[in-house]
Amino acid sequence: MTKKEEEKFAGELSSILDYVEKLKEVDIKNIGADFRLAQEVSFEKGMREDKTEEQNIETVKKLIKSAPSTKDNYIKVKSILK
Amino acid sequence: MELHELTITQAHEGLAKKEFSAIELCKAFLDRIGKLDIKIKAFLTVTPELALEQAKKVDDQITVEREISVLSGIPVCIKDNILLKDVRCTAGSKILENYIAPYDATVVKKLKESGAVILGKTNLDEFAMGSSTENSGFFPTHNPHDLTRVPGGSSGGSAAAVAAGMSLCALGSDTAGSIRQPAAFCGIVGFKPTYGAVSRYGLVAMACSFDQIGSIARSVEDARILFEAISGKDELDSTSVESKACPAPKRSFWCEVESRKSKVNTPPSTLRIQNLRIGIPKEYFVEGIDKEVKESVRAAIKKFEQAGAKILEISLPHTEYSVPAYYIITPSEISANLARYDGIKFGYSVAKPQIATDKKRMATNTLLDVYLKSRGQGFGDEVRRRIMIGTYALSVGYYDAYYLRAQKVRRLIIHDFDEAFKKVDAILTPTAPTPAFKIGEKIDDPVSMYLCDVFTGPVNLAGLCALSLPCGKTKAGLPIGLQIIGKRFEDEKILEIGKIFEEL
Repeated sequence: MTKKEEEKFAGELSSILDYVEKLKEVDIKNIGADFRLAQEVSFEKGMREDKTEEQNIETVKKLIKSAPSTKDNYIKVKSILK
Repeated sequence: MELHELTITQAHEGLAKKEFSAIELCKAFLDRIGKLDIKIKAFLTVTPELALEQAKKVDDQITVEREISVLSGIPVCIKDNILLKDVRCTAGSKILENYIAPYDATVVKKLKESGAVILGKTNLDEFAMGSSTENSGFFPTHNPHDLTRVPGGSSGGSAAAVAAGMSLCALGSDTAGSIRQPAAFCGIVGFKPTYGAVSRYGLVAMACSFDQIGSIARSVEDARILFEAISGKDELDSTSVESKACPAPKRSFWCEVESRKSKVNTPPSTLRIQNLRIGIPKEYFVEGIDKEVKESVRAAIKKFEQAGAKILEISLPHTEYSVPAYYIITPSEISANLARYDGIKFGYSVAKPQIATDKKRMATNTLLDVYLKSRGQGFGDEVRRRIMIGTYALSVGYYDAYYLRAQKVRRLIIHDFDEAFKKVDAILTPTAPTPAFKIGEKIDDPVSMYLCDVFTGPVNLAGLCALSLPCGKTKAGLPIGLQIIGKRFEDEKILEIGKIFEEL
């Protein structure tokens, strides 16, 4: 981010955060936050076995080709450890 | 009537009776795109070869007198955040400017199976964040009713394409009104299904507990046909649901191809307007709404009343907190979903300069540089704003005050609707507080832009279904939209009510 961008975003983010302060007016003392929107899906039905499945090799090749930097069948990244 | 003015049912009958071919129908729309899109700019990618290939297949089927489904040969365009295999998918962002989709979204797979003809990918606000399509990383789309005005957003390209007769119908996505508000601004129909009715597999994720793909068309019946074709439980989307009230598309949605006539099976309407209880939330008719919008919507309510429906005033007491709650929760989900655009696995990356010109911009010493520069250069302003807000709202020390609080308020908003739906069958509101505004008018004031979602956003917070359809025009000729909100999985009921209104 450039210095000019920092100033612009600081102002905009401040006004957004000021606006959402409004939520402090609401009494949330006895409300739990745990709920699911698609309640019709039972938790068990929404899960599957943690098993990998064979993927279509053409799709795999396309996915690897999308990466900006590759070597053999690996995606290349800058080193993390010196 | 011109080919591009036909409804899905009319086009289907014309094809079945061999009044015109699928190729002719397809070319009619491709011509319109060629003529009009230079001014409207609804399309990011047009796919004429694919479309004509698909149209030819349909013509071959008709030639051998095989039955064709109602969507066969029907030209459709798709919002560019829904993956169409082997075609560029940008999500309206420079960070995906050259990204080629490796697979089809489930809804696209269903459209292909139904024989629809795909004309191209339409413009949107970047990553579907916006209410005007001005946040597109490429260019804004123009409203066909007034080219100096926005078509709405974020599905502005799809809405403008359908309104201008450049496509017969379209797919869009809706997270806080992104199908309904552009439909209202462009004078057409937009339907957001119940959360879970349509698979999100292959939709570029924005806010996972809000996003839904839906239909955009020139009539409620067309929107319904398209919705039925794409809905249904999908193994690849664990939040999708099969529901008796919103059944999976019937495989037998066929038409009888007799030599002289054909009939499409439309389920008979079992709804009687005299039994309808319609709720009008008092919090939605306050100051700040454009006077002509208010009058037009009140006139629409009167029409329902005169036809025999019971109109009840209801209250949704937490309405004023829906936009602030929305603008904490969705940025939080956005910050998580957009973490994947890091210049490592796909998309714009400074690790592989597309154009090796600016050495300073491209210089990277560490892995962190790759992340920061790829994202900083690839993302537009609104996206960066929302990622920053979301990251902040989820951060240690602020999580309780912002994210947790907003989710609890969300629960209260859901409860408001649950209570209301005990007393009414449907809730009627304006779709947007104003008609289409001028391009550039709100772009420098994020909060003013966010307030466009004041009537549509609560629907996504509660996962309900909602339809926007035209109910009038301003004196200056700008379209006004009416919103009909329904209970979860009462999609078909709401579409029926919409059809009743069209005939009033």
